Amino acid sequence: MTEYVNYATGEPVTDSKAPSGPINERWDKRRFEAKLVNPANRRKHTVIVVGTGLAGGSAGATLAEQGYHVVQFCYQDSPRRAHSIAAQGGINAAKNYRNDGDSIHRLFYDTVKGGDFRARESNVHRLAQISVEIIDQCVAQGVPFAREYGGLLDTRSFGGVQVSRTFYARGQTGQQLLLGAYQALSRQIAAGNVEMHPRTEMLDLIVIDGRARGIVARDLVTGKVDTYFADAVVLASGGYGNVFYLSTNAMNSNATAIWRAHRRGAYFANPCFTQIHPTCIPRTGDHQSKLTLMSESLRNDGRIWVPRAKGDTRPPNRIPEDERDYYLERIYPSFGNLVPRDIASRAAKNVCDEGRGVGPGGQGVYLDFADAIRRMGRGAVEARYGNLFDMYQRITDEDPYEVPMRIYPAVHYTMGGLWVDYDLQTTVPGLFAIGEANFSDHGANRLGASALMQGLADGYFVLPATINDYLARNPHQDPVTAEHPVVREALAETEDRLNRLLSVDGDRTPDSFHREVGELMWEFCGMARTDAGLRKALERIPQIREEFWRRIKVPGTGEEFNQSLEKANRIVDYLELAELMCLDALHRDESCGGHFREESQTPDGEAARRDDAFGYAAAWEFTGTGAAPVLHKEDLVFEYVHPTQRSYA
Amino acid sequence: MKLTLRVWRQKNADAEGAMSTYEVDGISSDMSFLEMLDVLNEQLILAGEEPVAFDHDCREGICGACSLVINGDAHGPERTTTCQLHMRSFEDGDTIDIEPWRAAAFPVIKDLVVDRSAFDRIIQAGGYVTAPTGSAPEAHATPVPKADADFAFEHAECIGCGACVAACPNGAAMLFTSAKVNHLNVLPQGAPERETRVLDMVAQMDAEGFGGCTLTGECATACPKGIPLVSITNMNKEWLRATRKAGKR
Repeated sequence: MTEYVNYATGEPVTDSKAPSGPINERWDKRRFEAKLVNPANRRKHTVIVVGTGLAGGSAGATLAEQGYHVVQFCYQDSPRRAHSIAAQGGINAAKNYRNDGDSIHRLFYDTVKGGDFRARESNVHRLAQISVEIIDQCVAQGVPFAREYGGLLDTRSFGGVQVSRTFYARGQTGQQLLLGAYQALSRQIAAGNVEMHPRTEMLDLIVIDGRARGIVARDLVTGKVDTYFADAVVLASGGYGNVFYLSTNAMNSNATAIWRAHRRGAYFANPCFTQIHPTCIPRTGDHQSKLTLMSESLRNDGRIWVPRAKGDTRPPNRIPEDERDYYLERIYPSFGNLVPRDIASRAAKNVCDEGRGVGPGGQGVYLDFADAIRRMGRGAVEARYGNLFDMYQRITDEDPYEVPMRIYPAVHYTMGGLWVDYDLQTTVPGLFAIGEANFSDHGANRLGASALMQGLADGYFVLPATINDYLARNPHQDPVTAEHPVVREALAETEDRLNRLLSVDGDRTPDSFHREVGELMWEFCGMARTDAGLRKALERIPQIREEFWRRIKVPGTGEEFNQSLEKANRIVDYLELAELMCLDALHRDESCGGHFREESQTPDGEAARRDDAFGYAAAWEFTGTGAAPVLHKEDLVFEYVHPTQRSYA
Repeated sequence: MKLTLRVWRQKNADAEGAMSTYEVDGISSDMSFLEMLDVLNEQLILAGEEPVAFDHDCREGICGACSLVINGDAHGPERTTTCQLHMRSFEDGDTIDIEPWRAAAFPVIKDLVVDRSAFDRIIQAGGYVTAPTGSAPEAHATPVPKADADFAFEHAECIGCGACVAACPNGAAMLFTSAKVNHLNVLPQGAPERETRVLDMVAQMDAEGFGGCTLTGECATACPKGIPLVSITNMNKEWLRATRKAGKR
């Protein structure tokens, strides 16, 4: 560990693509300056897209519409199942249909501030500008957004923002937007412009002469490992929340694509910025395989409390009012139950750590609707939250109209990801990262209903414009074949890794290792982090890694459908990524957004940001497994939104 | 609780399959059905046997990956997806039969995993609105009556799991296909391709080897998202209308 934490600081990394000038003109300027590829030449270019979520699906469809030859991959059996589908709440757009004072500038401002001043202004402004086009595009595709009786689109407010700018389709906005992108992609598949490889997982990146030229991928049905070549590679493989084992991510969401790209030279930025969502259904035991999110809109009317006394095991309805601690209302009298996600999450952890948590294992707090039902009547509560109450009841077998819900925070989103410039290009030329896979727009904390916006902005509008510039400047790259030594080496490395996993024949299952590293990360790199805790984790991770390669047991062979092998291979990467996350958290000796360092807080227990020392994005360069990475800083300059310390007391 | 599981095991698409019997113990009623299978698989791996392959991903009832026939019912006894089915729906000592989706158009890949790519090809045949990125008019240019928007949404909820096909004695895909036809055909955005959509999607559905519909209604009973049976009737109307119109041209 000592060696690993002694990282070197290298040359700063700068975004050379964002134009200067007034912020609202930068995107236009960049689009104008970017070189174009003649439409007749586009079909000569192949672009690989990995992932079919909101970012990948929309990018694949749009690039194919433009005339590029797209080769696309997803590990699911169909591109329609990517985890974007599970997003509930909605998508932000600065349409100002409500005439409530919203504007592109306000969405830009809210996002920079919400990200706790750790995002790049140029990118965020572009995101806010594009937000309005996304809604137009989705409506044209037939996405059934909620509408008012007059036939116009309905919006709601979300996540403590003061304007109503969130478009939604009941509690299934992600599903509907994803199906829109999937359908557009399907049209291009039928037209022969997209070559779709479902049930195929990227396992490595091929870099030739410093440029991304292809990938190594495994057909999950036959087990065959193959290589695919292109003029550019786009990673849209999502976030890395599953490093924690339990999260709201889909079971098979994983970090392999971005981690393998990182190993091949792409810098990884702000890996410690993870978002922990306060309102999830608590775990019920060791068998728990994933966590389910409940929309945070519940905090609008529910009151959060725990018993005043430690170890009070009485049923909630028999705990009298004066023996309850409505701790958010007590600590944050002006915001109460509506404090931001990170604050609500941390407060829940604190009361549970004190021994006042409720439910199995004491890992839960009450979210009580008794007052709301008394005030508005059961009917009104049902109209507002009926589907969420049903979902809760189905999972827990408890009736939230009669007994308070139990909630607990869970890992939900990762703001960190591959470092990209304004063009969404990584530090490997020809390798682009879009959606949650990159680090670009949310800083240290993402606002509600902004993930869908970013995924679609990147895929429909940003990447298709910027990738032209790269392809136009590199029009005649040498063709790559399977015989190229770099290709053969990458293929052999992947096959060796899989064979090694199969040959250990130890006595521990892949899940047992995943759970172990996940619990370690949750304990030491979760809601609150300390120098001592992170050092402990950094000591432990290499030990787990060593044990993994000694004791892992993967049944079956590589030449068949083998879900244990898939899992084990993903854990190999989690065991390296976890180390980098802890190092990033250790080095960032400040609290900001989702990253709370206990050493860095104000006298009243709030997060203390340290702009002078840490007003940068941390981009890490890989130097070898277990070897100290090199830190490259990108200084963040705020010309339009001036940093202020958050206060919610 | 302690359970006896009879699970369909099949090495690959070409192999013969058979039911195998396993015992699992220490199952909590709070576990989801898939978490119960996780317990079985951990047990199998440690015993040096191959774990049971099954499709699953989001485990919150929305991705549509999970697909098991449990005691003869697609997604089991409750009206939900397998991942949202909990063990409290079973009794200690039960014997549970677990099989893959059974349909000619969904060949088995391994154990409980089937190939549902036929659904993707039905969508590719016309389950979209032709609206290339960048070409969209302002979203409020075309108001959509709320009733139509709600109708579209109800059908757009389909998660493409295939339970309708698995439940149908004919192995028909009418409910799946009609859900998309109804979603898009009711909207003004879907109107220009209204006829070609239904004709092409139905033709693709037939070409994939799905069975014919005899309106037994098992599909709508099994659907975890409650797509109504009348959806099929509506699609038949759309198809008839499109056929007549094509005949006049």
